[in-house]
Amino acid sequence: MSMTDIFNIAMMQGFAGLSLFSVLLLMGLGLAIIFGQMGVINMAHGEFMTIGAYTIYLASTLAERYIPSFMEEYFPFAILLAFVFAFIVGWIAEWALIRHLYKRPLDTLLATWGLSLAMQQTFRSLFGAREVSPTLPEWLLGSWSPAEGLDIPSNGLFVMMVTLLVTGFVLLALYRSSWGLKVRATVANRAMANAVGINTKRTDRLTFAIGCGIAGIAGAAFTTIGSTGPTSGSLYIVDAFLVVTFGGAASLLGTVASAFGIAQTQSIAEFFISGSMAKVLTLLLIVIILMIRPQGLFASKIRR
Amino acid sequence: MLEVNDLVVSYGQSEALHGISFSANRNETVAIMGRNGMGKTTLFKSLIGILGLKSGRITVDGNDVSGDESYRRVAKGIAYVPQGRMIFPALTVEENIETGMTHTKNKLVPEEIYALFPVLWDMRRRKGGNLSGGQQQQLAIARALVTNPKVLLLDEPTEGIQPSIIKDIAKALNEIRKMREITIVVSEQVLSFAMDVADRLFVIEGGRLVHETSRADTDAAHIKQFLSV
Repeated sequence: MSMTDIFNIAMMQGFAGLSLFSVLLLMGLGLAIIFGQMGVINMAHGEFMTIGAYTIYLASTLAERYIPSFMEEYFPFAILLAFVFAFIVGWIAEWALIRHLYKRPLDTLLATWGLSLAMQQTFRSLFGAREVSPTLPEWLLGSWSPAEGLDIPSNGLFVMMVTLLVTGFVLLALYRSSWGLKVRATVANRAMANAVGINTKRTDRLTFAIGCGIAGIAGAAFTTIGSTGPTSGSLYIVDAFLVVTFGGAASLLGTVASAFGIAQTQSIAEFFISGSMAKVLTLLLIVIILMIRPQGLFASKIRR
Repeated sequence: MLEVNDLVVSYGQSEALHGISFSANRNETVAIMGRNGMGKTTLFKSLIGILGLKSGRITVDGNDVSGDESYRRVAKGIAYVPQGRMIFPALTVEENIETGMTHTKNKLVPEEIYALFPVLWDMRRRKGGNLSGGQQQQLAIARALVTNPKVLLLDEPTEGIQPSIIKDIAKALNEIRKMREITIVVSEQVLSFAMDVADRLFVIEGGRLVHETSRADTDAAHIKQFLSV
């Protein structure tokens, strides 16, 4: 094996780690808002990702049938549509269900679990039990080879771009916009936020819906990696909670750091031992670290 | 400016306020004196709408706010500085002040706020939770002021604050009234502070107002009797 081979393997392995990092971060982001900021345990979060994934499937099917010339460009628009659909469903779910349960977190757990089952059955009835895949545009297939023997998959690059954009946008919105200020004030002290003039009920609904919308984007991006079935969402939910809890619930930067840590540990370990053993090792490390730091990696240092 | 008529508030079955009525005029400061557990905080919480009314009526500048949620009362001109300050500890000082401006057109914190409380300008990038008690009190007042209130409610602003800062807060309150000509309602256990700021004093006991006096006619010994345990 020559030096270039080793370099190429290191590059591709490094990229695999970054790719897993993007996937984990994208899963965790919506939950970081809903669970991390609002403290709502949303078991149906995975199903909101599935909504995004099915939106892409719908868009691709429609585009293929009616406007085949649009097949190359439909994907970005479909992602926006995925956000909008998940946002609307999230808005309705908050209004109909979640808002009645803010003071009863354990009941929220059960209620959202029920919601998740109901949504899974809805998907099954609408799209069938078989897994589906959208027809992806050409530019998402294949790979990018900047050098001989070095192949970077295009879909991985695409997911990474989406992750970067969404993360940047969420950080900016939470720390620089008036919505972000309202969210952080409401989360800190709901009664007091109301008493300084913030419509907290509206803020809660908007926040929940935005979290769901981001889950929709995540689900949409994941269609470039795997196929979509009615229960696909339940595969994501555990990892998403893991990322957010490990990062420190109230910290968005913690979510980024924890996704990075988990992904790198996992993919580096995978190179030396089998995939499932790597998973065991990662989880073991997380458990140990959480035993030492129950508040997660990042917790802000302030007097309370 | 502020009219309170026959206010009754209860926690479940037990009634805490049994029909409180008073009014406060524009450009007037009213103090509500009373010991712990006499209903001061309950009264203030029901005025801002954290606690609901069982019966009675609250009007601000002619607008009935009795059934409104807190944020609507803020829009109609009530601002609230709670007991224990209740600033947002994880937000910076500047962000804390900005939370009071979300329903106004203002985007920047008005300069007069920092002129009134220079220490907040120096600390504006710090987290609110890392300020001292006196600084947090000033922050809570600033956050209430930027909502442009007609009526400013302060629940025990001197609680747990060192005497030199108490003087500063009294000075600030008098300055605010001169500047904005608003109504200030303050609850208090410290008579000297109340005498520094208030035009009229009420004594609350067991959920009823039992004594009213203007500052000039105040019989300090008589009020002290109500305040001593």
